[in-house]
Amino acid sequence: MSTFAAQFLKQARVMAGDLRHRQIIRTALGNYELARDQGRAAFQDWQGARQLAAETKWEAINHLDHYLEQFASKLETRGTKVHWASTGEQAREIILQIVRDKKAKSVIKSKAMTAEEIHLNAALEAAGFNVVENDLGEFIVQLRHEAPYHIVFPSMHLTRDEISGLFERELGSAPTNDPEELTMIARRVLRKKFLTADIGITGANFAIAETGMISITENEGNARLTAALPKTMISLLGIEKILPQLEDLALFLPMLATMGTGQVLTCYNTLYGGPRQPGESDGPEEWHVVLLDNHRTELLADAEQRDALGCIRCGACLNVCPIFRNVGGHTYSTTYSGPIGSVITPHLRGLQDWKHLSNASSLCGACTETCPVKIDLHHHLLQNRRNASAAQPAFFERLAYKVFGFVANRPALWSIAKKFGRWGQPLQNLVKGTTLDPAKSWTQTRDLPQLAGESFKDWWRNRK
Amino acid sequence: MSERENILGRIREALRAPAPPPGSQGHASAPTPASTPRMWLPKVGESFDEQLALFTKNAAGLKADFQMFNSAEEMHQALVRSRDTEGWQRVAGQSGDLANAICPVLNLPLLRTDKAYDVNELEACDVGISECDALIAQTGSVLVTNRSAGGRALSVLPPHHVVLAQREQLVADLPAAFELLKLKYASNYPSMISFITGPSRTGDIERILVLGAHGPKRLTIFCL
Repeated sequence: MSTFAAQFLKQARVMAGDLRHRQIIRTALGNYELARDQGRAAFQDWQGARQLAAETKWEAINHLDHYLEQFASKLETRGTKVHWASTGEQAREIILQIVRDKKAKSVIKSKAMTAEEIHLNAALEAAGFNVVENDLGEFIVQLRHEAPYHIVFPSMHLTRDEISGLFERELGSAPTNDPEELTMIARRVLRKKFLTADIGITGANFAIAETGMISITENEGNARLTAALPKTMISLLGIEKILPQLEDLALFLPMLATMGTGQVLTCYNTLYGGPRQPGESDGPEEWHVVLLDNHRTELLADAEQRDALGCIRCGACLNVCPIFRNVGGHTYSTTYSGPIGSVITPHLRGLQDWKHLSNASSLCGACTETCPVKIDLHHHLLQNRRNASAAQPAFFERLAYKVFGFVANRPALWSIAKKFGRWGQPLQNLVKGTTLDPAKSWTQTRDLPQLAGESFKDWWRNRK
Repeated sequence: MSERENILGRIREALRAPAPPPGSQGHASAPTPASTPRMWLPKVGESFDEQLALFTKNAAGLKADFQMFNSAEEMHQALVRSRDTEGWQRVAGQSGDLANAICPVLNLPLLRTDKAYDVNELEACDVGISECDALIAQTGSVLVTNRSAGGRALSVLPPHHVVLAQREQLVADLPAAFELLKLKYASNYPSMISFITGPSRTGDIERILVLGAHGPKRLTIFCL
């Protein structure tokens, strides 16, 4: 077992029994579910929308070279500097170099999971630069020195009292249990940062090949300010964010909002096509777009799971996943958690280290059913399991199945095994759940079904 | 070789294996006929009155203040009332037919954001008054660009954003808004295009809605 798997099991056990955590997640997601269902019902045909979204992303991903080149050249003609990074390290180095060149004193950053993926903040801080997250949820988890809990709701696991205590300690504010007051405390602190920052870093939700624009979806206005005030803007995005045409957004923006937060459209959906152009009165003088591969091309090469690159990071599969809801976001120890994280993390960070995530699934298929771009999520979990065991078979598992197969194919042996089972079960009950129990990992929290006193075969033979 | 060539090379190599058809999710499915977003998105009525009613309903749901006026005079009076009830001291605005007519009526110090301006001065303003490109009935959104609405910051930095619109600017749905953008700007797009859907908001604390997270707490849409 990898250390990541051991850590996952340990943490999952703790979280699954944490009733307080369960209550918080239930309340938060209960409200989300109501809004999401209402939003979906407003569509004329949600399944038609999903199919069109899947087809549009399929077109983009299966002609990624063409669309990326188009995207980059359109950006460059309007004065944007486009950088290409094969690895997270290269992307960090590119961004650090820009920040150093600008002799930046203060960096602000709007929400970007891609930046979490390459641990950008840690790199900037190690190089001596101060970087402040300006999405409220991200700001809160940054103050707590922890990773976002959820890709859309970073601070979903915290109560207002915990946030008030945090602000009291870190910002010196007066305690309050009013979410509005807490939001205003953060607004005041961050407003100062917006006005003085030299560099603004953003992510992107979509990259439009046709017109050379990125699209950023948000509610707070923090990304709008990040792209309006600092003199230099840097946007970091994965190469899979591509959409072929501008009008594709007419479908993707409302679908992302519906599945992400249950809104018709989020508050700000903004397209950026360049730095400040001649005759424009504000906006950054320089804009750098960093395109990140970081193992995405490896996922692309797996034709079977290629559709996972169509993910629009709405978080809907996390919200419906019984595993996510029980073990919580941090237990995964990955940038992308929930079903999509379990599917793609083995591709991004190594199959053997992260295969346990594909086993942490009931295969109920709720993720596959909810995904707005129709990623075949639960089948990909099965494929990861298959690939992992093909690449590195587990000796005891293979042995166990061999023995089972051998016995089950021989009626005489099978009937002896059944007899042993009937005698053995009362003994097993004596040590149930202890280290002496061979079925410990199951019986710790569950009962084994009792073997029937008589098998069907015996019953059939002895009837009358 | 540059990283650009490395990445593109890996992509081309990866794409040599064909992917299963889109949206099949493990099932063999018949190819679906080509469709457009408009066939699936929430339905919008065809007449102006239906669209106006839908926009009004959506704006109310978003907690935006939407008002229709029959004359410029009425609109000016409404704005003066807002000035008095909210106690505006300083105003930021853009140049434009609607804005030029209305900003002087307020009789307050005015910061123009069409030309280079000091961002700290804009921050000190109580309200930003801008025009727009379109109002979208389907979503209750206001479509702005930095060219049509006084730059990137005017519509997001002051605590109150007032949008001045004309009823001809009401469009049915998102596909119509993108058609309009193409028609108007395809030869030279503004560097920022934003769909504003209600005042700035957050739900990051216990998923409870709070208005005015970083952008305006209030969004007023005055339509002539």
